[in-house]
Amino acid sequence: MMVKIGVLALQGAVSEHIRSIEVCGGEAIIVKSRDDLTLVDGLILPGGESTTIRKLMDRYDMLTPLKEFASAGKPMFGTCAGLILLAQKIVGYDFAHIGVLNATVERNSFGRQVDSFETNLEVKDIATDFPAVFIRAPHIVEVESDVEILATHENKIVMVRQGHLLGCSFHPELTVDHRITAYFTEMVKESLAKKAAV
Amino acid sequence: MTINQTGTDRVKRGMAEMQKGGVIMDVINAEQAKIAEAAGAVAVMALERVPSDIRAAGGVARMADPRIMEEVMGAVSIPVMAKARIGHITEARILEAMGVDYIDESEVLTPADEEYHLRKSEFTVPFVCGCKDLGEAARRIGEGASMLRTKGEPGTGNIVEAVRHLRKVNAHVRKIVHMNEDELMTEAKILGAPYEVLLQIKHNGKLPVVNFAAGGVATPADAALMMELGADGVFVGSGIFKSENPEKFARAIVEATTHYQDYNLLVEISKDLGIPMKGIEISRLALEDRMQDRGW
Repeated sequence: MMVKIGVLALQGAVSEHIRSIEVCGGEAIIVKSRDDLTLVDGLILPGGESTTIRKLMDRYDMLTPLKEFASAGKPMFGTCAGLILLAQKIVGYDFAHIGVLNATVERNSFGRQVDSFETNLEVKDIATDFPAVFIRAPHIVEVESDVEILATHENKIVMVRQGHLLGCSFHPELTVDHRITAYFTEMVKESLAKKAAV
Repeated sequence: MTINQTGTDRVKRGMAEMQKGGVIMDVINAEQAKIAEAAGAVAVMALERVPSDIRAAGGVARMADPRIMEEVMGAVSIPVMAKARIGHITEARILEAMGVDYIDESEVLTPADEEYHLRKSEFTVPFVCGCKDLGEAARRIGEGASMLRTKGEPGTGNIVEAVRHLRKVNAHVRKIVHMNEDELMTEAKILGAPYEVLLQIKHNGKLPVVNFAAGGVATPADAALMMELGADGVFVGSGIFKSENPEKFARAIVEATTHYQDYNLLVEISKDLGIPMKGIEISRLALEDRMQDRGW
């Protein structure tokens, strides 16, 4: 079964995710509008500048459809800026964006660009040696009990799953290691199977 | 192994990948930086004067006062870039020490070295450099640039040179991709380009780094045009804060860059913006005033 996975393409590293979805056997769809969103079974929120992506979401009334997408149980995966967009709370801000992931994130918490780094990471159920690229990355400060921690680095939470929602601080799309995208593709397949069973 | 590696190609080039589809705006103070961020800029370029004012002022244009950078870095959460003179190792090291997120080794400033560019691979901070053609682009990548921008002609509000340079680079990339590998070394010799970079282009089908458009973007339609021609994003220098209504222009250029093929939307975006920056006809520009010819 070919699943349709969208990549939110308001700004950011879209083409890398598209390629990774295709390598994992999914059909990749560029999502720029509410209409595009109705075409996909799962959605990746890419890295980019979260402030920019949010502003463009607001201008095209995409925030509510994105919340509805999540509450309909359709899988979403946020990388870096995408994680910030999913989180329920952001340190230092009195507002959130899509706000469906029961976690608090802190922006740029590893420092500025000169502090950006790559490292090998153990990711639960996925890899013991995932090449993780952190670019002006956020981290997850705390999570609620329904959120499973999949990876930590230097005692900071950097990847989590909450049912059909997946989020990470780093950029799997910047590497040729497609295991995390493959994991998300499976999540999308499972959600479709569940829907078909109902 | 859990050692953190900083300053790798992947981290430096990746940072530019995250800027794709976005607009990077020139700002001269914290107030302008906030306007740019509120409008949806993906980064700001902090400098002492925008290119059109550098033109008007004449004299030697240098790295901005670190105080300006500090104020801008304190004012916004988006990345802050800054310009160093071509070949000015120390200006670049000062900017790196300050923690700016990206350095533009820029022809907009007066070159410090008329023979050599910076050896950018030696720095932890990533660099963006200008290019007019593929030879220049490949030389900059060879030196370690992690991002490119077409040069255009800065501070003119005239898109013609940016179009020329982007078309030229992209046409040459297509040529390389379709060349027989036997022919690449001679092509490298003709272009004055590192062979390895051409080989990478041939294998990947594209430049190994992100390439933005710059130098003459003054309207939303200009920004959309550059995206249409294959730019990964857009730098706007004088076009925003030299227009009649910077907030409106900034917002409109951001939207046009995202939705560059949605022409009905571009109609709405382009309405009632007020007067764009006053432009300069390129043929009226004396040869010695052309910034695009700086760089080797």
